[in-house]
Amino acid sequence: MNMNDVTGKVVRPMLRLYLAGDAPGARRALEGRKRLIDAALEPIDIEVIDILERPAEAEIAGILATPTLSDETVTPPRRLIGDISNTAQVLEYFGYRNKDASA
Amino acid sequence: MTMAEDSVVDPVLERVKTGIEAFDDLVMGGLPRGRTTIVGGTPGSGKTVFATQFLAHGIADLHEPGVFVTFEESPDEIDLNMAGFGWDIRRWRERNQLVFVDASPQDRDEIVVGDFDLAGLLTRILHAVRASKAKRLVLDSLTQLFDHFIADPTTVRRELLRVAAALKQEGLTVLMTAERNSEYGEISRHRIEEFVADNVVILRNALDKERRRRTIEVLKMRGSRHVEGEVPITLVENHGLVAVPLSSLRLEQQSSTKRVTSGNAELDRMTSGGLFRDSVTLVSGATGTGKTLLVTNFLAGGVAAGERALLVGYEESRGQLFRNARGWGVDFEAMEAEGKLKVISLYPEAQSLPDHLLTIRELVEEFKPDRLAIDSLSALERIAPETGFREFLISLTSFIKQHEIAGLCTATNKSLIGGQSASEQHISTLTDSIILLRYIQEGDMMNRGLMVLKMRGSEHDKQIRRFTIDGEGMHLGEPFGGAPDVFGDTAIAGPTA
Repeated sequence: MNMNDVTGKVVRPMLRLYLAGDAPGARRALEGRKRLIDAALEPIDIEVIDILERPAEAEIAGILATPTLSDETVTPPRRLIGDISNTAQVLEYFGYRNKDASA
Repeated sequence: MTMAEDSVVDPVLERVKTGIEAFDDLVMGGLPRGRTTIVGGTPGSGKTVFATQFLAHGIADLHEPGVFVTFEESPDEIDLNMAGFGWDIRRWRERNQLVFVDASPQDRDEIVVGDFDLAGLLTRILHAVRASKAKRLVLDSLTQLFDHFIADPTTVRRELLRVAAALKQEGLTVLMTAERNSEYGEISRHRIEEFVADNVVILRNALDKERRRRTIEVLKMRGSRHVEGEVPITLVENHGLVAVPLSSLRLEQQSSTKRVTSGNAELDRMTSGGLFRDSVTLVSGATGTGKTLLVTNFLAGGVAAGERALLVGYEESRGQLFRNARGWGVDFEAMEAEGKLKVISLYPEAQSLPDHLLTIRELVEEFKPDRLAIDSLSALERIAPETGFREFLISLTSFIKQHEIAGLCTATNKSLIGGQSASEQHISTLTDSIILLRYIQEGDMMNRGLMVLKMRGSEHDKQIRRFTIDGEGMHLGEPFGGAPDVFGDTAIAGPTA
């Protein structure tokens, strides 16, 4: 899934967020995703994969737990399982700069 | 979410065969369909083999596809490791009869923060179940799943319960393995069995007197009967796990009244007409008293009467057995050439006792003998812990009888005069007849004596008869005049008929 950011430039999905349907944990993860996009200094794309709709994707990625935020562009893949609401911590873990920190 | 609302005994629980025949007997025909079974065991106890066999039997023999969720080895490793058991996992995978969910450890940087669920796992399992139309499901092993989320055992527990309930709703028959720390401690680490399992099975690979002894035990079967206690198992090439059935399950062998010759006319007279067709006779005596000679006569007598005879020897080489026979005027070579006789010589130490039992069973099923001699049980006893030996004897004697074979086993006494060996004590109650061969001292002479101590269902000569051995074999003579003590000075009470 490709997305156009505000500048019209095409950016590659960098992170994937695996979640299951609309469970409370999934909804919290979607809110967390929004906050991450807002807080990141660089444009950051987080593709949402609902594993209930796309179970094959979960198999390929080897997802056991949800929510899982995953960076599959690095080797080995980098993953955070569970709560992604601590924006600063999550950005740091995946190597993104925070607007607030760099200001 | 409630796990099992059905705690009442359901007499019509459909059974799912595991492919381990004697195990299915223990659980009244197989694992109950739609239930969850935990198979616990220490590392190396055969959990993955059991689990794979459960799937393999379903796929290969019953058209029941399966899903294998592996938390430990990768699918390719399982493929490779299980190939030796003759399971064509690769082909089944290609045909979607077996679908893997690969949850084996991967090279990943991963952290866990806060709460999570195992929807990923459940979704993948259900996806695989739909793809294969699976009826059987294996999770191997849950312990690895707990280790993956080592900081959150409570969450894993809660989530596993949810997964198990969802799988049950799918009607799947589920087998989960769990690791144990010790052979006789708690059932599994994390006490998994307490919350997910309807049934609990334990595999053991215990060290007993420096020997490995594999067993399987059914610990719990919800709403169903099962046979209690440990049953020996063994891993067989091209086959998988084989449980060694205990005869206590089926004791209803018919007793034949048909007599066959012992191979010695005088002994036949002493036993009022020879040995029974489907009976087991023990010949007990010290070294050199003539046990192997009796065996040789027994085999030759059978062949002369048109029967097929099998000798399994554990003490002497084939060459030595053939030379012995020739010394007593019996030509084993000619009998083998005719296809009437088969002589097999085995090292007791070469394999475990359950393996020996399987070897004998295979030989019998292949050669289909009318009579079978085993020389000697004492050699086998050396390699086994006591409990294992008794189980072996029970299984062996019941197998011999089931096949309506005349069996002759020998046991060697450690002391030259009198005394009982342990195998004698064990087997005396299990055999139908006992023949004692003893050295008996008369003045300054050492003579040999033979006595039929016990013969089930028949009259027999109860005298102790003198005998001699020469180039033509054994010659029974007159009874001893006095009353020599065949059990020796210690006067141990003999087994009763």
